[in-house]
Amino acid sequence: MDKNAVHASHSGYVDAEQVASMREEMLRFTTLQLRDAVLAEDIVHEAISAAISTAKFNGRGSLKSWVFAILRNKIIDVIRERSRYPTESFIEDNDNDDEAFDGRDHWKKTHKPSDWGQPEKNFDNEQFWVIFEICLNHLPANTSRVFMMREHLGLELKEVCRELNLSDSNAWVIMHRARSQLRKCLENNYIRGGRLS
Amino acid sequence: MMNCKQATRLVSQSQDRELSLPERIRLRFHLFICSGCSNYNKQIAFLRKAIHKLRER
Repeated sequence: MDKNAVHASHSGYVDAEQVASMREEMLRFTTLQLRDAVLAEDIVHEAISAAISTAKFNGRGSLKSWVFAILRNKIIDVIRERSRYPTESFIEDNDNDDEAFDGRDHWKKTHKPSDWGQPEKNFDNEQFWVIFEICLNHLPANTSRVFMMREHLGLELKEVCRELNLSDSNAWVIMHRARSQLRKCLENNYIRGGRLS
Repeated sequence: MMNCKQATRLVSQSQDRELSLPERIRLRFHLFICSGCSNYNKQIAFLRKAIHKLRER
């Protein structure tokens, strides 16, 4: 066995090299959620250290899932800490979707969603992912935090509400705005082949 | 009669909670008659797929 392998208390073991090899992926995952590369470095370093030193991996499931569960908990700790001292309201003023609808709340012709065909075909297109990440990063900070906790960290909305002290109705509004803005950004900048703003 | 603004909100909420039977019926009917909202519905589902795919990359 590799000299870096650390025995666990049960049947599994934690291979330090294997954990370290996930670092790049962990960094990407964390930076996407926190939007702070320096903080992401610290969190990933802590998560890797914790994974190697605690050695509680019991061999069931994949090592990667277990390491990412540790990382996920560390990210949630940071978000929880940040939400104690909010610097802005979760419901941001400049992002309502009223401009897309007419007086009867039906789509204006200029804003009506077009047919994207089979958008999954774009998953092999590097340009799609560049624009997708730009669109994600264009979401307002607090909107993004809620949206990414739900969709990227995979928390249930109830858990997000509990962690951020949000009501259900506020969370639904935020999620709706995030999805609508992301959809619109993709449509304007990728689907219609327009220039990035 | 449901309008598009209400329909888009329900589409989004359907990703986070179980809609009631009346909500599902009204939304389904609206999506049947409104191509804009039908496209919106497909695109919102696609966004979730894309985020999951992004995690795997």
